[in-house]
Amino acid sequence: MKKAIVFNKVKKNFGKLEALKGINLTIEEGEFFALLGPNGAGKSTLINILAGLMKSSSGSIKVMGHDVIKNYQDARRSLGIVPQELVFDPFFNVREMLRFQAGYFGKGRENDNWIDEIIEGLDLQDKTNTNMRMLSGGMKRRALIAQALVHKPPVIVLDEPTAGVDVELRKKLWQFIKKLNQKGHTIVLTTHYLEEAETLCSRVAMMDQGQVVALDKTRNLLKRFSAKNLNLRLDLKGKKIPTSIKKFIQTADHNSITFLLEEILEVQFIMSELKKSKIEILDMELTNSDLENVFLKLTGSKK
Amino acid sequence: MINIKNEFLGTWTLLKKELLRFWRVVFQTVAAPVITAVLYLLIFSHILANHVKVYGNVDYTAFLIPGLIMMSLLQNAFANSSSSLIQSKVMGNIVFVLLTPITYLQFFLAFLIASIVRGIFVGACIYLLALLYVDLPILHPWVIFGFAIIGGALLGTFGIIAGIWAHRFDQMAVFQNFVIMPLSFLSGVFYSIHSLPPYWQKVSQLNPFFYMIDGFRYGFFGQSDVSPLLSFSIVSVFFIVLASITLGMLKSGYKLRS
Repeated sequence: MKKAIVFNKVKKNFGKLEALKGINLTIEEGEFFALLGPNGAGKSTLINILAGLMKSSSGSIKVMGHDVIKNYQDARRSLGIVPQELVFDPFFNVREMLRFQAGYFGKGRENDNWIDEIIEGLDLQDKTNTNMRMLSGGMKRRALIAQALVHKPPVIVLDEPTAGVDVELRKKLWQFIKKLNQKGHTIVLTTHYLEEAETLCSRVAMMDQGQVVALDKTRNLLKRFSAKNLNLRLDLKGKKIPTSIKKFIQTADHNSITFLLEEILEVQFIMSELKKSKIEILDMELTNSDLENVFLKLTGSKK
Repeated sequence: MINIKNEFLGTWTLLKKELLRFWRVVFQTVAAPVITAVLYLLIFSHILANHVKVYGNVDYTAFLIPGLIMMSLLQNAFANSSSSLIQSKVMGNIVFVLLTPITYLQFFLAFLIASIVRGIFVGACIYLLALLYVDLPILHPWVIFGFAIIGGALLGTFGIIAGIWAHRFDQMAVFQNFVIMPLSFLSGVFYSIHSLPPYWQKVSQLNPFFYMIDGFRYGFFGQSDVSPLLSFSIVSVFFIVLASITLGMLKSGYKLRS
């Protein structure tokens, strides 16, 4: 299978700050891939270097086999980037913008059918003659996605596509993106919403402080950190939680305490320790871990 | 893979976008400078007609018009590329172009040609309006055309440099008010430099605007302060230098691709 994107030892320094510390990452063709990480992890820097909006300090990136510096024209033809910020050109309406964008890629009127298809897929039919300035935030977001798709790029990168977008629109967007993925487009998204990555993406890379801290199939990642959450409501009555089980505590809010467990056996241990201390359990719940937990585990330890 | 059709369509699309951009706000980008120039014409020709001596038997009002046309052409060529770039940068929509296979040369050409077109369009409007007011001969149309193109190109290029360099609108105003305005007002739009004291004649000869206006005026009257060929050569050298700087900036991604 062809490689959609290959990041090879990509480094980026801003003065003394190492924003990217040598990213190695390969995304296969046809994947639905998520790049997760907190603010400042380096996701957007990595995307910007991929897009040619920034230059790396060292390392290289290839898109569909084309180097983003040496062969930037072919690389950019293979790439559709949806920027994170809601940028727009206030002089033009939606259809004009889409035609211009296609023109920059050397596509003329023969591309109009595809533009119509995108407009329909993103539910923009009523807005084609509306000036970009007059669109609501959600509509602007759709127009931005449409702009990234005008040249039918095999690789589509969405940088925080659902930030500030309401639930209804979010659903619609994902339906459309999923359809593109089924047609063979490689999709890469960065997101804060872990549940989106969990339901949509087959593979996930987690970034923190300029490094990839985990890279695996979403399923494996969840299994590998098959941690369970034990949520307890305790009747403390001035008693203290035994120090032997304090290391399991993830969050504590008065008498509601969440323990993060690696194995189910640890439940027994916690129970018996609580019993020894004569702390009564008022309520209890055992939940499966989600990417959020995995993420906190991977990144939390360093802070 | 170089595909001529793609490259041409890319350049043409960006040019078309740049032309439409100023056409959408034609009152601000064309009507306003035309009105300003006509006001200059009415006021200065009225006040100065009997006070300023220009060459030979040329009527002062007729003398003034080519200067005003060229001044407006130059200022609008500068305004077109510089304001388009600073707006796109501040709005952030410059990424739409930066994400595409458009090369730095295509980028340069599109902004350059759009600037020349706007400058010449404004100049032509002023000329047509002036014809209502005074009889203006055209002795050498190709000289007029040549200076209009090279002048628009020089200032369009300078506008690209300013637009790339500036981060904010007030920095752009510095260019407008401290470079473009003084150079255009002190270039001999309103007088022949031979009417100046020798020292100021020398100073004027350092001003590239002087050569553009002097050469442009030659096309109308067949008379000028310096030879039009010399003027054209000097302006061309300025253009080549600025164009090289601009292409260097664009190629390296200066302030556009960090």
